[in-house]
Amino acid sequence: MNHKEIAKILNARIITGEGGEQTEYQYAFASDLMSDVLTIDTEHLILLTGLANLQAIRTAEMSDISCIVLVRGKKATEDMIQLAIENEQTIIECSYSMFKASALLYNAGLESLY
Amino acid sequence: MQFEFKIMGGDFASAGTASSEVKKVLKQINIDPKIIKRVVVALYEAEVNVCAHAYAGKVDVKITPEEINITITDKGPGIPNIEEAMVEGYSTATPAVREMGFGAGMGLPNIKRNTDKMHIESVVDKGTTLNFVNYLSKTT
Repeated sequence: MNHKEIAKILNARIITGEGGEQTEYQYAFASDLMSDVLTIDTEHLILLTGLANLQAIRTAEMSDISCIVLVRGKKATEDMIQLAIENEQTIIECSYSMFKASALLYNAGLESLY
Repeated sequence: MQFEFKIMGGDFASAGTASSEVKKVLKQINIDPKIIKRVVVALYEAEVNVCAHAYAGKVDVKITPEEINITITDKGPGIPNIEEAMVEGYSTATPAVREMGFGAGMGLPNIKRNTDKMHIESVVDKGTTLNFVNYLSKTT
């Protein structure tokens, strides 16, 4: 599924990366611990996190993750938005909990890593 | 090709800028994306380590047709027991570092996992030097 479908399922708002519908995602990883995210070696992956800081965007950049979903109503800061635009990354803001967002995306077909 | 970057201890807003620049350069010279990811993940972990634990540091990057060789040198408290620091889960990170999403004691083991050769030397109350190499000839 693409980021627009993800946003629709989560009743969420796309903050950066309005274009790019051609990017298809197959997997999701949910974590607030960036150390864990950096151990992942999977493509076509989205990150669900409640960590709304610059390091979440940097970690995604280094891990080749182009879509970050901020859960629990967390808001992207201006420097996060600027960096995501520079890296052509999508940020989605979602009011649901990590658990609910994960469950909805799993039911819609995104796969888990482990 | 050779580059140098500075890292400031505690400056989390800038952590990752060296990794980001290196990623751009490696992409431009058409390095295998799998190797790029391994290099920048290792470098980013190292940058975060300097930010989290040291006062200041620098990154030296050397790219040759055979390898990418990176040395991170910092001035800081050093690592009293490197063997212990290499154990996954061992951490001396502060709560502030954990709030940034790090400090789980996975940095050095992940650097080792993502590089072909790694060497670390440290002097307590002086600093730490970390060198790692990723070979280009293996998969290209």
